[in-house]
Amino acid sequence: MIPGPFAYHRPTSVKEAVGLLGSLGDDARAIAGGHSLIPMMKLRLASPTHLIDLAAVADLKGVREDGRDIVVGAMTTQHELINSELLAKKIPILRETSLLIADPQVRYIGTVGGNVANGDPGNDMPAVMMCLNAIYHAVGKSGERRIAAREFYQGAYFTSLEPGEIVTAIRIPVPAAGHGYAYEKLKRKIGDYATAAAAVVLTMQGDKVASCSIGLTNVAETPLWAEEAGKILTGSTLDAATVKKAVAAAEAITSPATDGRGPAAYRTKMAGVMLTRALASAKSRAGT
Amino acid sequence: MAKSQISLTVNGKKVEELVEPRTLLIHFLREQLNLTGPHIGCDTSHCGACTVDLDGKSVKSCTMFAVQANGADIRTIEGMANADGTLHALQEGFREMHGLQCGFCTPGMILRAYRLLQENSNPTEEEIRFGISGNLCRCTGYQNIVKAIQYAAAKLGGVPLQEAAE
Repeated sequence: MIPGPFAYHRPTSVKEAVGLLGSLGDDARAIAGGHSLIPMMKLRLASPTHLIDLAAVADLKGVREDGRDIVVGAMTTQHELINSELLAKKIPILRETSLLIADPQVRYIGTVGGNVANGDPGNDMPAVMMCLNAIYHAVGKSGERRIAAREFYQGAYFTSLEPGEIVTAIRIPVPAAGHGYAYEKLKRKIGDYATAAAAVVLTMQGDKVASCSIGLTNVAETPLWAEEAGKILTGSTLDAATVKKAVAAAEAITSPATDGRGPAAYRTKMAGVMLTRALASAKSRAGT
Repeated sequence: MAKSQISLTVNGKKVEELVEPRTLLIHFLREQLNLTGPHIGCDTSHCGACTVDLDGKSVKSCTMFAVQANGADIRTIEGMANADGTLHALQEGFREMHGLQCGFCTPGMILRAYRLLQENSNPTEEEIRFGISGNLCRCTGYQNIVKAIQYAAAKLGGVPLQEAAE
């Protein structure tokens, strides 16, 4: 499979990249790791005439602390996320999630920016970023703006990014020390997208939930933030009855497609099962 | 579309070539450099038969353009043997432990295992299986591939594996 012809650009700064995207118009696409875009180009489902490779933009790389946040450069690869000591210590759900994405080769090249900005409901990081209340830095011709992950996803492959804008970084508020976390993903095999997956970040005070945030992957046209389910659990001891109620609330906001991963009703139920498991795992990891 | 000049190092040799931007790295390696060790299996970044080592990463060369590899240092199966022509410990391991049957996945398996051992010189069986989870084999059931990698890890670590091939 050979993609259609295109001109290749390799800018070395965000300004240059955004300038190229602006001047080359609708037929130009930015490429990060390319592990979504290149397969699409090989199938001729995408035929950009200009490809703007972000690989040489040094400003898009790296993981750093900024006050109470951690800022992850958009071109940071899944492999780099897995090996970041800072993230392992402060936001370990990112490592847990990265290890469930694709396979080792893809993780060396696939980037967190591409994962969140592509708008593919099958991608794992968007729901995790919604769970963490991350903020995306987007840069276009008219400068930088910040978009909450929870408001970023509009539909399948349709996001709040304007034409000519790129996500340059992801700003994540560091969850409280001692928080519990888990990303539970049901998949048919290594490398598969989720049949359903759930991300949980919670804090405990004594035996009660002090805060709880839940994200769901691949059970709707967009990743989901299960706000109501999180509210139901807050203040509870994660007793079976309350968990059941929260799971029902989470299942109620799903609308998965029936596909090779199973019928819609099954995938909704699996979202509930993943959430139940993620809650138990997060609780067991939380300090009180 | 105008061709681009790229220069890179492949198996220790400097290479300067003209490529169309849309040329995939696997096609560049196989058709322009005549390195037919990396194979095209699925052509959709699932099977890992096209895996090469690029700047310290295992990469599926069917899912990267050759222009993106400009400046890179690449190793393929053709560059695995030792300078004196003897087999690399991984190649020897695959031979000794019967780590292949048809051999189609072997170049990708060996290049992936090479990087795995660079990062973790003494992996557990589970780490090996997770480490090669991006490479599919339709013959062996993986058992002897795992043993081949264990053989190589032991040999490179200076403690030859006791267990003979079954």
